[in-house]
Amino acid sequence: MRLDRRHFVAGSAAALALPTLVQAQGAPPIRIGEINSYTAQPAFLRPYRNGWELAVEQINAAGGVLGRKLETVFRDDGGKPEDAVRLAGDLINAEKVDLLAGGFLSNVGLAIADFANQNKRLYVASEPLSDALVWGKGNRYTFRLRPSTYMQAAMLVEEAAKLPAKRWATVAPNYEYGQSAVKWFKELLKAAKPDVEFVAEQFPALGRIDAGATVQALEAAKPDAIFNVTFGADLINFVRQGNTRGLFEGRLVASMLTGEPEYMDPLGAETPVGWIVTGYPYQDIATPEHTKFREAYRARFNDYPRLGSVVGFDTVMAIAAAITKAGTTDNEKVIDAMKGLKFMSAFGPVEFRAIDHQATLGAYVGRTAVKDGKGVMTNWRYADGAKYLPSDDVVKTLRPQ
Amino acid sequence: MEFLVIQSLNGLASASSLFLVASGLSIIFGVTRIVNFAHGSFYMLGAYIAVTIIAAIGGQDALGFWTGILLAALIVALIGALVEVVILRRIYAAPELFQLLATFGVVLMIQDITLAIWGPEDKLGPRAPGFRSFVMIMGSRFPSYELFLIVVGPVVLLALWLLFNRTRWGTLVRAATLDREMVGALGVNQRLLFTSVFMFGSFLAGLGGALQLPREAVTLHMDLAMITEVFVVVVVGGLGSITGAYLAAVLIGLVHAFGIVLFPKSTLVLAFLVMAIVLVVKPYGLLGRKPSGHAARGQAIPEPLLSPADRPTKLLGAAVLAVLILLPPFLGDYGVTFMTELVIFALFAASLHFVMGPGGMHSFGHAAYFGLGAYGAALAVQWLAAPMAVGLLISPLAAGLAGLLFGWFCVRLSGVYLAMLTLAFAQIAWATAFQWVEITGGDNGILGVWPSEWAKPKLVYFYLALALAGAGIMALRHLIFSPFGFALRASRDALLRAEATGLNVQQLQWAGFTIAAVLAGLAGGLFAFFKGSVFPTYLSIPKSVDALLMVLLGGVQTVSGPIAGAFVFAGLEEQLVRITAYWRFVLGLIIVLLVMLFPKGLAGSVLAWRERQSGDRS
Amino acid sequence: MSVVLEVSGLSKSFGGVQAVDGVSFAVSAGELLALIGPNGAGKTTCFNMLNGQLKPDSGEVALAGRRITGLPPRVVARSGVGRTFQITATYGSMSVRENVQTALIAGHHGEWSLMGKATDKHQAEADALLDLVGMRDQAARACGVLAYGDLKRVELAVALANEPRLLLMDEPTAGMAPNERIALMDLAAEIAKSRSIAVLFTEHDMDVVFQHADRVIVLDRGKLIAEGTAPEVRANPQVQAVYLGTGTTYGAAG
Repeated sequence: MRLDRRHFVAGSAAALALPTLVQAQGAPPIRIGEINSYTAQPAFLRPYRNGWELAVEQINAAGGVLGRKLETVFRDDGGKPEDAVRLAGDLINAEKVDLLAGGFLSNVGLAIADFANQNKRLYVASEPLSDALVWGKGNRYTFRLRPSTYMQAAMLVEEAAKLPAKRWATVAPNYEYGQSAVKWFKELLKAAKPDVEFVAEQFPALGRIDAGATVQALEAAKPDAIFNVTFGADLINFVRQGNTRGLFEGRLVASMLTGEPEYMDPLGAETPVGWIVTGYPYQDIATPEHTKFREAYRARFNDYPRLGSVVGFDTVMAIAAAITKAGTTDNEKVIDAMKGLKFMSAFGPVEFRAIDHQATLGAYVGRTAVKDGKGVMTNWRYADGAKYLPSDDVVKTLRPQ
Repeated sequence: MEFLVIQSLNGLASASSLFLVASGLSIIFGVTRIVNFAHGSFYMLGAYIAVTIIAAIGGQDALGFWTGILLAALIVALIGALVEVVILRRIYAAPELFQLLATFGVVLMIQDITLAIWGPEDKLGPRAPGFRSFVMIMGSRFPSYELFLIVVGPVVLLALWLLFNRTRWGTLVRAATLDREMVGALGVNQRLLFTSVFMFGSFLAGLGGALQLPREAVTLHMDLAMITEVFVVVVVGGLGSITGAYLAAVLIGLVHAFGIVLFPKSTLVLAFLVMAIVLVVKPYGLLGRKPSGHAARGQAIPEPLLSPADRPTKLLGAAVLAVLILLPPFLGDYGVTFMTELVIFALFAASLHFVMGPGGMHSFGHAAYFGLGAYGAALAVQWLAAPMAVGLLISPLAAGLAGLLFGWFCVRLSGVYLAMLTLAFAQIAWATAFQWVEITGGDNGILGVWPSEWAKPKLVYFYLALALAGAGIMALRHLIFSPFGFALRASRDALLRAEATGLNVQQLQWAGFTIAAVLAGLAGGLFAFFKGSVFPTYLSIPKSVDALLMVLLGGVQTVSGPIAGAFVFAGLEEQLVRITAYWRFVLGLIIVLLVMLFPKGLAGSVLAWRERQSGDRS
Repeated sequence: MSVVLEVSGLSKSFGGVQAVDGVSFAVSAGELLALIGPNGAGKTTCFNMLNGQLKPDSGEVALAGRRITGLPPRVVARSGVGRTFQITATYGSMSVRENVQTALIAGHHGEWSLMGKATDKHQAEADALLDLVGMRDQAARACGVLAYGDLKRVELAVALANEPRLLLMDEPTAGMAPNERIALMDLAAEIAKSRSIAVLFTEHDMDVVFQHADRVIVLDRGKLIAEGTAPEVRANPQVQAVYLGTGTTYGAAG
């Protein structure tokens, strides 16, 4: 065995993490190249990376995959898709990784997916929500774990259609994710309930919402209900101005992602009550697989998991399952294995659909509430992603065949 | 009617926040002539520090809350003083873009320091005691804190007026704003004056940040979001004019408040559109005056002699070229990819150098032409199914047309105002790419812009890029020493003299601007096919800053500088990202140190060193 | 002698202040005309209207019979007017010879040429001009490192590059040592005579004025108050009053 740095690192990691495991010593590790916007989006990606590392540790402690240990090479794209493409090249050519993974921003995800297609390399997209990733720009080499913009919008439409509200207003950050979410929400809600009308729409610039003016513009349209897609700092500012100005009083709000701890925690005691949201009620999910995940995470990091932690954890689990099923790290074979791959996520069983490479990972849909000065989700249920995807015929028209 | 009133009040409340920060920036610029990029960082620090202090002393009562706000602003003032004494004081004599670069280094450092201290999560500050609720205005609930802010703006304006007209310090600051040399002649301690002015400006930024707590989340993105807005306000108002800054803040605040009603999808572009219009109509801002004397020239250091490469330099260039041609086949795919990127950036940097150096026009939005070149190629591929060769022809054409259009307005200005107008145009181009989703794909960009089959192998594409970029760089070098290049440089060195010998300075500069745009466009087209995709980030401020860094690191006053700068900068960033998660801090530190140690840029310093050597010998 | 520059009824006011008020005069080929007057008399305003930097409110400027009133500086320059500046303006990033070559390129309408090297253009002409002003031996030096007096000579060569019929010199000797002043003006006078160039210059130093000017015109508060040869103007009681009244004496002015 040639003793270079890479093997040395692997060896010492093995010595620390699994002294009992001898058979892994000889085999070279399976290397995953992971690209994400760590400096640009630290609030979401630190928990993500923790979840990722937890999964790698667990798998390696259990003997690795195919008797080989997992090893990750992390790269920071700084939020720039063109850098992500360069780093993807670096990972494949210089670091000799077996496959690519990661991505938080949609454009970064799309850039890596296109690169993967061009270079015939497997890319497991973890976080990017863009529908284009598996539909309009879908390709053989790209798979996506998280429920997409379409799926999350569809989950909220199901609840929104049950409401008496007829006049809707929308507010969404002005970029692809916000525009797509509004487009799907309108289309699906109109289909479910033809008598609704949309009376106002606001598209504040991402991260630059002029919250007072936006709230006032929505208020002026006197809607019955509001569909919100803003998140992060925009959401905080929107909620604070909306609360003070009474925008939410007597109005229903359906809100994308707001139940995720990443977005709800900073709101604290000012978390709005009674919003219909998609999210992640980590305190209350008591399935065995989730409890095991949550407690392992708590033990390892002395913190509770965020949704990003689940995504990071599950991405690794999915990759491990695919390689195990394929019995090799040969990309084409792993891709064939991933089509229709079933694996156990922290949220329960998930399948990567063969038809569009989208995982059926779901989200939790419920109402917001405040408990002990902290935002929580109540009356939640798990919305299985498989139920919120269009029919296969529709998917075939959306995805290049 | 009711809606008009409420929306105007919303605009005024935003205007006050903008004004607090903008006035500080304007005062600092007026006296020190430094365009302080780090001003947004001071604003962010003000907010973070206030959150921490108020939490520590218990800000539920009014005393604790307001004490916390003031303390935070004071601490930011001290941080400002520290930055001034340690860094800026040493570079007052440097060209203004170098100062800008140094403050940008400070921005990078503060970003990582803030992340390290306060962590990545957004913070929600407490509401202000006594201003937690709302008042009814024409049947609408209006937050009382917003009303408070509306009052704060004019009060601060009045306080500043009194300070500048009724105190000795204020009089000195005003005098220094009008004429820096005069104050030195008056026997005033100039160092102390500058430090105190910088402290005071930082105090206002910190105060602005702290006062945002009750209305906005505290985030790691506050700094850059604010600084771009504030640049707009200060430039629209007229650099150095406090009243102008207030007027401009009100204008921008109202434009935002009503813009989101009238053009809900065009919010990104409005402020910059306003800035572009104001600068075209009133080149020095609403209340700004034409800079006179020293400030008008912008450059304190006399230009050194620009001469064609001598023998050693030529040999070095030939050696570098030989390495570039011979080495890649032995490098492996990644090495080749990296070299391709370097070569393209070198052309991009050289084109910016052409407009900044010999052209004498400080462009702050050069990424516009790089990005429009990339988009020109990508759109041709996407909508016309054009092959790569056609795409690469369209890139320089598209960028050149934009250069022709934007340049026509830009060459009517000079100095900081020209820089800001180029920035405004770049932001308009960026916002168009970002928001015109149907055509450009918005932030998801355009994918599948891959080279023709024959150029797909990485090595082949490298040689293609090397050939085109090399030809572009050689053409620029040739132009610099052509009669046109001399006439352009003459216009920069002594405008009145150039006019007095019959040169049409504006037309020469317009042509120079367009030529630089054409070659930046070619670089953008090469980049598009190289990456296989284009995104709005190609036109964004950070891309323009990257190019500036390359040119300034290499040195504006030499012809080979930008090439050296491109190699050093791209290599540095690439390596830093691998080494540390806090690469922004390290990069910022390196930038600051480079500016302080090599104010002429790397190539410029080597040149100066060689001149000294030969001087010693003769 | 033929009239080169003819100015009639030139006026300009700034916000109600009449800076130049109905000024008329003429300069002939080979003649040196000095424009003097106390500070604020309107000399600079007058000058800037002649070279096109300012547009007059009324009045005419004619160059060899052709009207050039209100034309931009570069057009005025192209019609045969060279000038030097009070604060010398040379191209700092170029050598002495390159400065002159650049002016020659402009004079020959060559500034739009993208081909060839600028340093190869008009070499002989440039060297001849540098010989004329006595700067040939410093041709390769950077302008940034020259002594002030030498810089003035370079500027003179640059101003002569497009073979002007009229040379405007704004305070040509300001900031120079007394012996340098005489030398520079001797040179200018010699060139003007030998090439039949009309020269209009403003000047503070009365020694220079009386030694070199063929004629002198005196401005006070925007109005032309005297005109004539040096001895005539010196003897003019009105001129004496203006200078004595402002506390300025001959020779000590400037």
